[in-house]
Amino acid sequence: MSEKKDNQWPLWEVFVQTKPGQPHKHCGSLHAPDAELALQNARDVYTRRGEGTNLWVVEAKYIYASSPEDIGPFFDPSNEKVYRHPTFYHLPEGVKYI
Amino acid sequence: MNTKEALLKYILRYADNNFILGQRLSEWCGHGPILEEDIALANIGLDKLGLASALYKYAAEVDGKGHDEDHYAFMRHEREFMNQLMVEQPNGDYAVTMVRELFNDVFDYYFLQELQKSKDSILAALATKSLKEVTYQLRHCSEWVIRFGDGTEESHARAQAAVQELWRFTGEYFEMNEVDETMLKEGIGVNLASLKDKYYKHVAEVLSQATLTVPLNEFMQTGSRKGVHTEHLGYILAEAQYMQRTYPGAKW
Repeated sequence: MSEKKDNQWPLWEVFVQTKPGQPHKHCGSLHAPDAELALQNARDVYTRRGEGTNLWVVEAKYIYASSPEDIGPFFDPSNEKVYRHPTFYHLPEGVKYI
Repeated sequence: MNTKEALLKYILRYADNNFILGQRLSEWCGHGPILEEDIALANIGLDKLGLASALYKYAAEVDGKGHDEDHYAFMRHEREFMNQLMVEQPNGDYAVTMVRELFNDVFDYYFLQELQKSKDSILAALATKSLKEVTYQLRHCSEWVIRFGDGTEESHARAQAAVQELWRFTGEYFEMNEVDETMLKEGIGVNLASLKDKYYKHVAEVLSQATLTVPLNEFMQTGSRKGVHTEHLGYILAEAQYMQRTYPGAKW
């Protein structure tokens, strides 16, 4: 890693909602000095082609994330629990509306 | 001056404003202070060029001489351009660009609101479409002016210098000549004089939020209604028109 000090503005993560009622999806990140300018820059960088109806920006430092080392303990145990999937269950014949 | 002549001049003036400002903003492309602002300014410049293009197209129709929109942008001489002196002023530093944008966009914001009511359905439709763009553009530059003014000692000084330098070009926006009078009478044009108070009130509010001082000087530079420009327009046109003048009618 370089010793050089990072003189960039804070990093913001951008979430775009494509249609009202739908979840906001992460679409990328950008640098901005504050929330209002992050929102404006997000508009210019990520919604130029009719992608969205609403925008969220979250300063990246406020996102608490799992790390790659967590993959084993976090996610592996679910791999063998086939009964967590609806396909595990056989529906008796004649059951309707499922 | 008949209505058709006045309408043509009226369309060209606002088209020229947007063409020259769009060209100015495009100079920032690849030179923005940061990537995100570079994209923002290119976007805003393209919005202005888009409006200019639509207006030139309409001007061609009104003119009825069989020209296309490019003719009006690329084959007219400096003295034929009617854009306000404000929009041809050099980009300077980012504070200058944002203050110039503020001084222009506040006008556009109120002008387009009125132009929406025009009896000319094409101008009214273009106004409605562009007003949305300008509303965003005004928000963008206002936020920057506020941050520069209310920022560091250095950014405050630069923003104040930009306000001082560009203030004298604001008066021109409200000048009304025969073209405006004719258009106003026909219910097509906007009463510019009536926008003046709203304009200066709005500008003063942003400047005050930015802790910047509203200049006291009342001297206003003038000339563009007669096609008399500052030294800068010639250079802009030289660059913008080079291709069409070297290879007339070039297509790609």
